[in-house]
Amino acid sequence: MMDNEIDRELLEKIADMLGKPVGAFNIRKDSGCDGRQSTEHIEITSKTDGKSGIDIRIKDGTVGETCHIPVIITKPGIEEMVYNDFYIGENCNVDIVAGCGIHNCGDQTSRHDGLHTFYVGKNSHVHYTEKHYGEGDGKGGKIMNPQTVVYLEEGASIQMDTTQIRGIDSTKRYTKIVCGKGAEAVITERLLTHGDQVAESDMEIVLDGEDSKGRVISRSVAQDESSQVFYPRMVGNAQCFGHVQCDSIIMGQAKIKSIPAITANCTEAQLVHEAAIGKIAGDQLLKLETLGLTEEEAEDCILKGFLA
Amino acid sequence: MLELKHISYSVHEGDEELGILKDISLTIDDHKLVVFTGPNGGGKTTLAKIIMGLVTPTEGQIIWNGQDITGLGITERARLGISYGFQQPPRFKGLTVRDLLTLASGDSKLSKDKCCQYLTKVGLCANDYLDREVDVSLSGGEVKRIEIASILARNSQLMIFDEPEAGIDLWSFARLTETFEQIHANGSATMIIISHQERIISLADEVIVVGDGAIRHRGSASEILPQILADTLGGCPVLTKEVTAQ
Ligand SMILES: Nc1ncnc2c1ncn2[C@@H]1O[C@H](COP(=O)(O)OP(=O)(O)OP(=O)(O)O)[C@@H](O)[C@H]1O
Ligand SMILES: [Mg+2]
Repeated sequence: MMDNEIDRELLEKIADMLGKPVGAFNIRKDSGCDGRQSTEHIEITSKTDGKSGIDIRIKDGTVGETCHIPVIITKPGIEEMVYNDFYIGENCNVDIVAGCGIHNCGDQTSRHDGLHTFYVGKNSHVHYTEKHYGEGDGKGGKIMNPQTVVYLEEGASIQMDTTQIRGIDSTKRYTKIVCGKGAEAVITERLLTHGDQVAESDMEIVLDGEDSKGRVISRSVAQDESSQVFYPRMVGNAQCFGHVQCDSIIMGQAKIKSIPAITANCTEAQLVHEAAIGKIAGDQLLKLETLGLTEEEAEDCILKGFLA
Repeated sequence: MLELKHISYSVHEGDEELGILKDISLTIDDHKLVVFTGPNGGGKTTLAKIIMGLVTPTEGQIIWNGQDITGLGITERARLGISYGFQQPPRFKGLTVRDLLTLASGDSKLSKDKCCQYLTKVGLCANDYLDREVDVSLSGGEVKRIEIASILARNSQLMIFDEPEAGIDLWSFARLTETFEQIHANGSATMIIISHQERIISLADEVIVVGDGAIRHRGSASEILPQILADTLGGCPVLTKEVTAQ
């Protein structure tokens, strides 16, 4: 496990893993299992229905535990579709750290498609972190298409933080969260594309239960000739509160399209969306230059803060 | 020492050339506190921006400590010890007050204590503000005070403040004037303060009245203040009446 430099680096980048993680984990490497550990409260098993992937079962009342499930691809030409299902009991509070790193030095495309489905039990809170990262100077493409589907039962909540900063040539992400009574979903999305990368993010938050809440905070930067498309959608079917906020910085010859949609099917649904696309404000750059930064340093600093 | 030699600035509006600054020359000695004042649109901010390098003059030279800096960019001037607190400071999504002070100080390990000191000098409580983003969630007066704190943190040889009093409550204003007095008394920096406030004008070694793109008057606060008051009151009958009624 983690027997070479590339593996170690990828794992650190995507899962902040230094050495063997504490708690439950499953490391998927080049379509095989490179290490697994279940704990008393978190059980990880391979799928038995012939599909590739794992089932993660978290017992009722599991609090303060972490589960790492990173995926790394180090060989060119690997294309995979993985299904991971999370069954989270009631009254839990857990951290789940996923992420995918691709190191591609070859000319063939490496591609990871994943479908993560979460069933979050009553009054449980999940913090889900997902980082995507690609490296390697081969001509082969680095492609990731993650799908995340979350069902929140009464009083359950998820904080989902996704980050993709450089390195992934093409990504098409789909996220759907269905909130039950009093459930809350908070999604923060951070995306930076450059070169001729393309990224698409399709999101659907369904506020089904009374007093459910949804919040999407998406920040992205598109540089060079890259392009991005966002479809954040919020649907209110009951008394609920939803807020979608998309902010993008556009640079070079990039293209960004943001198409937020809010749909209310109940008079008590309160939904707001804000979307803004613009270049870095000139006075921000000038201000930082008056503090002694060069123009490039000022730009870096603004982008770093924006995506932090 | 800062020397401005025959500074002019004009812009083109259609076919017309619009003169914004007209042949301004002045010298400011080290450790002086100089106030620029005068009517709105007179050219004070433009002059300050020309010193910082944010605006390039059409004619003239800027000499800083004997070096001609007219051709230097903003970053280079900042590194030579010139700083400027914006009249309308920009806001940043994602940069915290602490980030901004750290950048300004040039010390990547700026301590929390130091940050607190700068914020206290502008009447802000560090605990409430250090981790807040300098974005639209801050009020106008808060952003303005953080801007001033960033100049204090920068601790340059020349500090230019553009209407530091704007939007600031009375208590913070008192705190701020004390801070200016202190810097002046320590002789730790040369200050140019653009201001309309009598209290700040009265601190000045020299007051320069800029109007219509030119220097209208210059002199000590005690010479200039009565003139300004007479000018303003004379120019507005309503105001004169109110004052005499009091
Ligand atoms: N780039 C520009 N194009 C056109 N007009 C300009 C430009 N820059 C400044 N001006 C004009 O020059 C004049 C001086 O502006 P400046 O901002 O320097 O005034 P100020 O003395 O700082 O005024 P205030 O007290 O209101 O801050 C104003 O009439 C302004 O509209
Ligand atoms: Mg001004």
